[in-house]
Amino acid sequence: MNIAIASGKGGTGKTTLASNLASLLSKNTKNQLNKKIILVDLDVEEPNSGLFIKGKLTTQEDKFRAVPMWNNKKCTFCEQCKSFCNFNAIAVLPNSVLIFPELCHSCFACTELCPDDALKMTDRKIGTLSHYKLNDLVFIESRLEIGEPSAVPLIKQTKEYVNKKFSGNTIIIFDSPPGTSCPVIESVKNMDFVVLVTEPTPFGLHDLKLAIETVKKLNRKFAVVINKYGIGNNDVDKYCEKNKIPIIGRIPDMKKIAELYSRGKLLYDEIIEVKEEIENIFSEVTTLCIEN
Amino acid sequence: MKEIVIISGKGGTGKTSIIASFAWLERNDVVVADCDVDAANMHLLLNPDFDYPEDFYSGQKANIDQIACSGCGKCIDVCRFDAISTINTNYNVNEIDCEGCGYCAIICPEKAIKMNETLSGKFYISQTRLKNSLVHARLKIAADNSGKLVTKVKNEAQKLVKKENKTYLLVDGAPGIGCTVIASITGANFVVIVTEPTIAGLHDMKRVHQLIQNFKIKAGCIINKADLNISISKKIKDYLKINNIKLLAEFPYDNSFTEAITSGKTIIEYDKGEISALINQSWEKIKKIVL
Repeated sequence: MNIAIASGKGGTGKTTLASNLASLLSKNTKNQLNKKIILVDLDVEEPNSGLFIKGKLTTQEDKFRAVPMWNNKKCTFCEQCKSFCNFNAIAVLPNSVLIFPELCHSCFACTELCPDDALKMTDRKIGTLSHYKLNDLVFIESRLEIGEPSAVPLIKQTKEYVNKKFSGNTIIIFDSPPGTSCPVIESVKNMDFVVLVTEPTPFGLHDLKLAIETVKKLNRKFAVVINKYGIGNNDVDKYCEKNKIPIIGRIPDMKKIAELYSRGKLLYDEIIEVKEEIENIFSEVTTLCIEN
Repeated sequence: MKEIVIISGKGGTGKTSIIASFAWLERNDVVVADCDVDAANMHLLLNPDFDYPEDFYSGQKANIDQIACSGCGKCIDVCRFDAISTINTNYNVNEIDCEGCGYCAIICPEKAIKMNETLSGKFYISQTRLKNSLVHARLKIAADNSGKLVTKVKNEAQKLVKKENKTYLLVDGAPGIGCTVIASITGANFVVIVTEPTIAGLHDMKRVHQLIQNFKIKAGCIINKADLNISISKKIKDYLKINNIKLLAEFPYDNSFTEAITSGKTIIEYDKGEISALINQSWEKIKKIVL
């Protein structure tokens, strides 16, 4: 079962829910679930799950993206590459060809269609994937190189890594990036279930609506968790009720949670209400996943 | 023109609340740009009129003419994004996966694939309730090219600053360090980093600061909820000192951020106490730096 924790608005508690849920499930796995629990941090621009899950590093690998490199000896300046490139990543000057790797989408059109074989693809490092183990929990984190504009290829490769390494009897929790654009789409597009974490404020509700539209467009099953419950107003409750969107958890607004979070501590061992809420969230997800 | 951008790395640290308050303080001499185009919130505080909307087209998507298609499958072979699939004998493009490179259209022997311009979203030029201009946008659901939409919003806002003869352009950035953030800070005079004393806040601030360094832009920092964790606040301040980032203010943990948002106001309007005074002081500090 693949579950994404996403949000729209940033800072609503995705990482808190993802790391606590994964850790808690991994402790139950022997006696109840009999499934391997894996937490994957797909918020590659600002990965934070690792601040809460401190495992032992077992594998680390650099991740790359292919970009063309110009060969001045072979090039005949026919300019076809420039016309093939839909992303303006190639500029042909009188005496040289300039490549802008940050604009390149690695489609391979220029390299494969160049009549002179003058554009060879080379690897450009876009990030690092780390694989950790902590007792019965596996934790995978990818981190984007600073300055690399697109998180999408790294997210894609991280999901491929996870799919290849683990199959069958698993529960995989994906901590997703904020927003509603390409990195989010790439993260949630083939999930079995998406949990949208929001906060009960006008900002939270506004971005929740966008996130709901996004997961609907991707035909995903989803439900809402309200974090910092008690602040703001009850418009999120009203909205979800009116639109028949299940709210599967309400994590209370407590200074103690903020304080534990600030130090990188998991919550469920310290605050019983949070533990119960997280267990409940998981059981609701399981039920909704099976339903048609 | 002085362009000031607010970013944070981590989401939910208070970017929009703070920049809206700056906008209120400087309301006669400012244009505001909301560059968090995929989760824009500034309009919830400034109540703009959405007076001038314009469609934003960017990028392309492939479309296969089923009658002209001979089913040779070459398009599937070259597509690096797995965006083309067959259902029975029909070849179809999945719009969500298609990145618009056009490789399939180039190699199709039947010329059956057309590349169509895609609507990526809308941008708006509005008057706000503060009687200043706001440029903002709405990315279409599941659309790409958010970085380009940010650039468009910024360009329009820069034009307005000149046209209206204003001094400041205040830019609300997105969380993260990706294309929208890069597009937001490109060409800025000053970046305000808002962080919070949590290990996530510190971690994310460092990454966003490294990004700013690549652009060689001067930066200042506001620590929000500074009293939540005194020892991490100290770590943040040490980092600022070592890296020559000006500490603009330390805000205490205060419910007025949420309460102001809930009442649709800027903090300056909502709270007449300590936080407002601190916001005022940080804005004065920023002005001294950039002018």
